[in-house]
Amino acid sequence: MKDDHKPMRWLRFILHTSALILLAACSGSGPRADLVILNGAEPESLDPGIVTGQPDIRASGALFEGLTRYDAKTGEPIPGLAERWDISENRKTYTFHLRSNAVWSTGEPITARDFVYSWLRVLAPELAAEYSGQLFFIKNAEEFNTGKLTNAALVGVHALDDRTLRVELHSPIPFFLSLCAFSTLAVVPQSHIEKHGDRWLSVQPIPCSGAYELVEWRLNDRIRVRKNPRYWDAANTRNSVVDLLPVSSPNTALNLFLKGEADIVWDKTLVPVELLDALRQRPDFHSFDYIGTYFIRFNLTKEPFKDVRVRQALALAVDKRRLVERITRGGERVAESFTPPGTAGYAPPAGLGYDPARARRLLAEAGYPGGKGFRRFDYLMNSAAGGGAKIDEKIGVELQAMWKQELGLDVELRTQEWKVYLASQRQLDYDTCRSSWIGDYNDANTFLDMFMSNNGNNRTGWKSERYDELVRRANQQPDPRERERIFQSAEMLLLREETVVAPIYFYAGFFAFDTNRIEGIWPNIIDQHPINAIGRKK
Amino acid sequence: MYFLKRILTLLPLTLLITLLAFVLVRVSPGGPFDKERAPASPEIEKQLRAKYHLDESWPRQYLRFLGGAVRGDLGPSLKYRNHNVTDILLQGLPVSALLGTLAFGFAMGLGIPWGVFMAVRRGEGGDHTAGFLALLAVCVPGFVIGPLLVMVLAIKLDWFPVALWASPWHAVLPTMALGLFYAGKISRLLRESMSGVLHLEFVTAARARGVGNPALLMKHALRVAILPVVSYSGPMLADLLTGSFVIENLFQIPGIGVFLVNSLQNRDYPMTAGLVMVFAVLLLTLNLLVDLLYVKLDRRVKLE
Repeated sequence: MKDDHKPMRWLRFILHTSALILLAACSGSGPRADLVILNGAEPESLDPGIVTGQPDIRASGALFEGLTRYDAKTGEPIPGLAERWDISENRKTYTFHLRSNAVWSTGEPITARDFVYSWLRVLAPELAAEYSGQLFFIKNAEEFNTGKLTNAALVGVHALDDRTLRVELHSPIPFFLSLCAFSTLAVVPQSHIEKHGDRWLSVQPIPCSGAYELVEWRLNDRIRVRKNPRYWDAANTRNSVVDLLPVSSPNTALNLFLKGEADIVWDKTLVPVELLDALRQRPDFHSFDYIGTYFIRFNLTKEPFKDVRVRQALALAVDKRRLVERITRGGERVAESFTPPGTAGYAPPAGLGYDPARARRLLAEAGYPGGKGFRRFDYLMNSAAGGGAKIDEKIGVELQAMWKQELGLDVELRTQEWKVYLASQRQLDYDTCRSSWIGDYNDANTFLDMFMSNNGNNRTGWKSERYDELVRRANQQPDPRERERIFQSAEMLLLREETVVAPIYFYAGFFAFDTNRIEGIWPNIIDQHPINAIGRKK
Repeated sequence: MYFLKRILTLLPLTLLITLLAFVLVRVSPGGPFDKERAPASPEIEKQLRAKYHLDESWPRQYLRFLGGAVRGDLGPSLKYRNHNVTDILLQGLPVSALLGTLAFGFAMGLGIPWGVFMAVRRGEGGDHTAGFLALLAVCVPGFVIGPLLVMVLAIKLDWFPVALWASPWHAVLPTMALGLFYAGKISRLLRESMSGVLHLEFVTAARARGVGNPALLMKHALRVAILPVVSYSGPMLADLLTGSFVIENLFQIPGIGVFLVNSLQNRDYPMTAGLVMVFAVLLLTLNLLVDLLYVKLDRRVKLE
C-alpha cells in the first residue's frame, strides 16, 4: 500500500504540470494568419510620427498612410490618400486633392485638416519626434520645431477645404512626393490621440488610415493586423490577417522559416551570416541592392587625422573587394562613392579607390614614412548585439591587418556596447570608427546633408562652409541636371579633396520567401514592400 | 518576532537595491536617446529629456520613481514610447513565470530522483554515468543545450515546434532547455546530502527497528537530505520566474527576461529600475518563504 505513495505523488505532479501547460496554451490565440512575416526587432512604436527604425516603419506603414504611398514594385511614390496634386512652376507649392472615399477605419472621413494636425503634431516640440527633420523642407517647419516660432499658422501647410491641402516648401526639392509616403508624414487620428495621449495605440478601436487596422500588439510576441475594409483601395488588399513577429535571433528566424511557420523573412539582420554561402544558393533566398552605405569615419579634430594626407592614405589602403568577398558575402557591392549608385537622378562620382602605393607616398609626405612616428590609434566599433554575426569585428580585424601591412600603422580595435559607441561617436571620442547609413528617401540629399557642419549625424568634427554652401545650393536648384552637378562637387569634396569618410561597401538587402507560394513582393532600392500587395499564389 | 524583523528588512533592502540600479544605469555612458540617427536638432533631445523628467536632479527623479511605484505606476518606457513599464511587466511576467514554474517542476521532477539514484548507487557504475550527465547539465550553457534540443527534437524528429509561444507543445523544449541546468544542480546537491544522511544514526536505527522497505527508508532519509535543495530552491525559483534572456530569445518567448537585458542596453532607465524592483521583491520574498519552509521540514531549526 505504502509503496503507492510515491508513484501517486509523481502522477499528481505530472497532472499539475500538464494543467499548467494547458494554461500556457490559452495565452496563444486564434488561428494562423494568412501571412506571417518575421519583421526584425520589436518596434519601439507604431506611431508613424515617432517611428525611426525600419521594422517600426514597416509595421506602422500598414496602419497609417500619407498623401502618397510606395509602389510595391519600384518603391516610387504613387497616389495614396491624395488622388492627385498640382505643383507650382517654381516647384515650391504643392496642392494635394484628397480622395472622396478616404475614411478612417472607424468610418469618419479623412480631411485635409487631419493632415495639418498630423504634420504640426510631428513638429510640435512636445512630441519630441526624432524624425521631425523630414518636414524641415516645409516653410517655417524647422523654426516651429525648434521653438523659434510659436505661431503654427505660419508653418507652410494649410487646409484650403476638407479635401484640399496646400503645402509650401522653402526649396524646390525633387523628392517631396517621396517624403509624403514616409511614415513621419502619415495621417493620424486627432481626437483619438488627444483623448488617450501616449497610450493611444493601446485603446481600441484605433482609427487607422492605412490598409490595415491593429488587432493586437503584444510586445515581443506579435503584431497582428487585419484588413481595413474601409481603406480606399481595400479591393486590392491581398490578405486579411497578417502577423508581424519580432524575432531577434537569426537562427530562430531561419528555423521558423524553414519549418513553414513564417512565410517571409525581410530583415537582413535575421540571416545567419555563417550560413550565407549555402543560403544564397537556395531559390527562396533573394538579395537585392538598396541605398545603404557601410563606411569609416575619421575624427578630424584629432592629430594626426587633421592632416588630409593621413586620411587619404588610410582610405587608399583599404582593399574593399577583399572585405566584400571574404567577409560580408551577401552580394554587397564595393563602394567607390558615398552615395550608392541607383539613387534617383544622381550618378555618384568615384572616390579614392584602392591604391596602396599612393597611400604609402601620401603617408610619407605627411611625415610618417613607413608609419614611423605615427601614434597608435583606435578603430571604434560596436559589439554585435544578441550574439549576432560579428561582421563588424571581422572587418575591424581585416582593416587592422591592411593598415599594418600596407602602411606600417598600429591599430587598436576598440569595441563598445551600442549606446556607449554612439555616445563616443557623438562626443568625438575616437580616431577612426565604423559607421553606416541607410537612406531615408531616394535622393542624394539623404546621404550628403548629414555632413553639413551642424548636422547631428556628421560626427566627424568636419566643418566646411564650402560644403554647406554646395548642399544648400543644390537643394535650391530647380534644374535636376544642375542640382546633380552641385551634389557631385559636394561629394568629391567629401571623398577626394577632404576625405572625411572612407566608404567600404553598399548594403545588400536580403529576404526569404518561397516564390512558388508568395507573390507581390519585389526588391526595390528603398527596401519598401507594402504588405497589402503581398499575397499567396492561388 | 523573527518573522516580523525579516519582513521589516524587506523594505529598506528593496529600496537599496532599486537605488543602486537607478544610479548604476545612469552613470553608465551613453543615454536612452543616443541613436544611430541623431534627432533633427539638439532641441529635440532636450525636449525628450524634459518630457521624461530626465532634466531633473537624480534625487528628484528617484523620488518620482518611488512615488509612482507606490501607486503601481513604474513610469513610461523610454524605448517603447507607447507603453509603460507596468503594462510591459503585466504582459511579460506571467509568461516568464509560467515557463519558470514549468522548468522548476521539470528540474525538481528530474533532479530529485536523479540525485537519490546517485546516492544509493554511490561509487558504482550507475553513479559515475549519472554523475557525468549531471556535470554536463550543469556545465553546458543554455545557448548550447537549447539549439541542440531544437535540432534533434524539433528539426530532425519534428516532435515539437522550433520556437514561439502558442500551444502546450511550444512550452516543452524551452522548459527542458531552461530546467536541465537546475535538474543537474539539484541532483548533485542531493547526492551529497543524501549520501551523508544514509549513514546517520536515525537511518541505521530505523533499519535496526526492521524498516526494510527501501522506499520507506528513502522517505525518512529524503526528508532530511532535501534541506540543501530546499534552501537552493528559493533563489532558483526567483531566477526561473523572472525569465531567462537566452531561452526567451532563442525560442522567441514573450517573457520578461529579454526586457531586463535589453533595457540595460537601451538605457531604458524606468524599465531597468522597475524590473529590478520587481525582481528584488520576488527574490527577497522567496528567500523568506524558504526559511519558513526550513522550519517546517527540520525541527532542529528555530526562528530567532
